[in-house]
Amino acid sequence: MSLWIEIPVAVLLVLSSLFALCGAIGLLRLKDFFQRMHPPALASTLGAWGVALASILYFSALKSTPVLHAWLMPILLSITVPVTTLLLARTSLFRKRMAGEDVPAEVSSGGRSENAN
Amino acid sequence: MSALLTNAILLSLFIFSLAMVLTVIRLFKGPSAQDRVLALDYLYILAMLMMLVLGIRYASDTYFEGALLIALFGFVGSFALAKFLLRGEVIE
Repeated sequence: MSLWIEIPVAVLLVLSSLFALCGAIGLLRLKDFFQRMHPPALASTLGAWGVALASILYFSALKSTPVLHAWLMPILLSITVPVTTLLLARTSLFRKRMAGEDVPAEVSSGGRSENAN
Repeated sequence: MSALLTNAILLSLFIFSLAMVLTVIRLFKGPSAQDRVLALDYLYILAMLMMLVLGIRYASDTYFEGALLIALFGFVGSFALAKFLLRGEVIE
């Protein structure tokens, strides 16, 4: 395999692992839960795209034909991560409201309420 | 595979493991339950990315299927835990 394939693969892998490390540092160091929800998005967007692109490049060069199945991974993450993030945010808001902490009050009065439990 | 790519893969695996250690610290420290769920979700994503990197390392397609399974189980697990924290039960 030529060096011109290996250099971008290596750079993409190291960059995406550095993004994942940034996400972990943010998860550890930020103060509030709602601030801590943000850094994991670094790994699930930039990190996942970097690793998937590196995998596509490497396997395409290895088998001399386009091998695109690693593409599935960021696509799957872009569908599933917002769902869990949104549900976790609502959960945290609900639990903090129940604990009497200083969080924004509920806006909608009609419809299916979180407090109907 | 040249020495450049081998060393880059080793470095990236090391950095991923460092990120996992930091996430595990948050998982044990996390003041509230939702912090722990968030850290577990992030651990799943990191493990999935590590499986993809290992697939490049050993030039094997099998790791991709493992990564797909980890992603799906991570989604289902985080969803069920968040739902449990929200309602007190998983399926109403």
